[in-house]
Amino acid sequence: MIFAEYLPAALQAGIALAFVAAMLIVPPIVAKKGAPNPAKDSAYECGLPAAQSGRPRFSIKFYLVAILFVLFDIEVVFLYPWAVVYKEMLREGLSILFSMLTFLAILFLGFLYVWKKGALDWK
Amino acid sequence: MVNHAADIVVHWVQAGMATPWLVWLVITLMKCGAVVGVMMGMVAYTVLAERRFCAFIQDRLGPNRVGPFGLLQPVADGMKLFLKENVLPGHVNKVYYVLAPAITLFPALATIAVIPFGNRLGGEKMVIADLNVGILWVFSLAALGVYGIVLAGWASNSKYPFIGGVRSAAQLISYELAMGLSVIGVFMLAGSLNLGQVVEYQSHCWLVLKQPLGFLIFMVAMFAETNRTPFDLPEGEQELAAGYNTEYGSMKFALFFMGEYANMVVASAVMVTLFFGGWQVPFIPVEQWLGCSWLSGMVYIGCFLAKLAAFLFLFIWVRWTLPRFRYDQLMNLGWKVLLPLGLLNILLTALVLAGQR
Amino acid sequence: MTAALFYIMGLAMLGFGVAVITSRNPVNSAMSLVLLLAAMSGLFVLLGAFFLAAVQVLVYAGAIMVVFLFVIMFLGPDEGVRRRLHWFGAINGLLVVVALLYAFFTLAGKQPPMIGAEGRAGTVESLGRLLFSKYLLPFEVASVLLLVAIVGAVVLARKDARSS
Repeated sequence: MIFAEYLPAALQAGIALAFVAAMLIVPPIVAKKGAPNPAKDSAYECGLPAAQSGRPRFSIKFYLVAILFVLFDIEVVFLYPWAVVYKEMLREGLSILFSMLTFLAILFLGFLYVWKKGALDWK
Repeated sequence: MVNHAADIVVHWVQAGMATPWLVWLVITLMKCGAVVGVMMGMVAYTVLAERRFCAFIQDRLGPNRVGPFGLLQPVADGMKLFLKENVLPGHVNKVYYVLAPAITLFPALATIAVIPFGNRLGGEKMVIADLNVGILWVFSLAALGVYGIVLAGWASNSKYPFIGGVRSAAQLISYELAMGLSVIGVFMLAGSLNLGQVVEYQSHCWLVLKQPLGFLIFMVAMFAETNRTPFDLPEGEQELAAGYNTEYGSMKFALFFMGEYANMVVASAVMVTLFFGGWQVPFIPVEQWLGCSWLSGMVYIGCFLAKLAAFLFLFIWVRWTLPRFRYDQLMNLGWKVLLPLGLLNILLTALVLAGQR
Repeated sequence: MTAALFYIMGLAMLGFGVAVITSRNPVNSAMSLVLLLAAMSGLFVLLGAFFLAAVQVLVYAGAIMVVFLFVIMFLGPDEGVRRRLHWFGAINGLLVVVALLYAFFTLAGKQPPMIGAEGRAGTVESLGRLLFSKYLLPFEVASVLLLVAIVGAVVLARKDARSS
């Protein structure tokens, strides 16, 4: 089994799951039950009766940033395998340095473009 | 006690009562149980420490009535929250409302599995799962934690929690890139994502000395990751009336609360492991003095916990010192300051390593 | 044990996949997709693709789906856009299924290409070695692809802002 080292991690995740499940299931059973009350069924708005929907719609000022985040996140993911082999592969020559420099330079160009276009500005 | 339990296991094996598989299971379960126990204990007492320290900072006394120095306060609080009425408001989305607090606490308890919290104890490595991808296990599970807050905000069907949830998602897209970039330098030097090997690499020199910029960026990102001041925008008790947990009470609120502090423990543990030598004791050759015994193993664990406590204190200290960022300031900081600095850190590390070749 | 875990994960993936396309509430769909991706990362672990498994959760479940959820929350799923069957989408889906089945049956008999050796091909180290030697060109091309996507996102968003 090549994934043997993952079994303890899965075990820990299982224990964590059991712990949070117990915390959700046990208290409602042992805790005091209160009388129903209309105030318990309304959203909290500092004491005033709730007005309008609880999920207001408002303009997204940063949805572009969200998309850019995903794209740059992929760039970061590429850096991990590179970082791990960097020291070893340096012994074979500088190509490992330049391959990542090219990659980062191209993406940095994109970053500068985004910055210049004001996509990161709060408007 | 640990010694005693190990004796029992050894006895079982000798008596032919246990297969190696069962021994493995028992040892792993013991480690998991000990880690979860110590972690929840730390969570409980970090809450108390926070209340006492903030009281001293504000020239008050803080909770000091339950037990000596208020040391039994967490027990009293826990009992109260456990026995409180479980209100399930009528206006919420019931399924996600109930699940959200669990989603917040679960990743913190699961990520700790890859953190090496000691050297060896009776030949057994003091880490639950020695994964090759180490840090990525932490990052990917921690990234799932944000669902708890976002879903809580959405499921509560109430304005303050909703804004809190939106802010939480917006915060994620601001700091996570910088967080990912800041640790690359560490792995370039250590040559592995495995946290045990990162600690091993630091046996002569802590990485914070070689990667000061990376550490600063990572620390800022960790404050944002744990939703702690100055980045506690999703909670913002002054503007959002506690944000995503406004509609919560009893143990479900407690799960959010424990989640926040458990995340602080994990964040501190990761910082200690990556930049401050993990369980290693600086300057003192422990094994020369004590030998490779249970005692030295315990000293290493103690050292790790002491470093952890120092970072937890830093979290508390910062919370009661700094004001909160505004969202646009956070986005500017993440994208226009930390991201370029993170790239610069990688470039410098790469060039220095190439120069040393 | 590997087989048992494979079937558990596979069934979970199928179940969550059905939930993604059948649930009325977009938030349910999104969360089912997150669970599906988590189960898929479990499959990657079974295959020994450890790096891929971690990145799967980190990028898809952690980043992309959060952005999805973000958008769904803003759109307000209460408005309840009724989901109808789109013929165009259905035909496209069918074509993809046929293509996948074709690929599956042509590959079924063949030996899978082994990358690296001694069954540790999926570790970060071996992946890095291959990515920066044998597959260097695709890696560099990926940066251009990402650049195009970045520029495209900005251009499209700007156009939207101007027209509205």
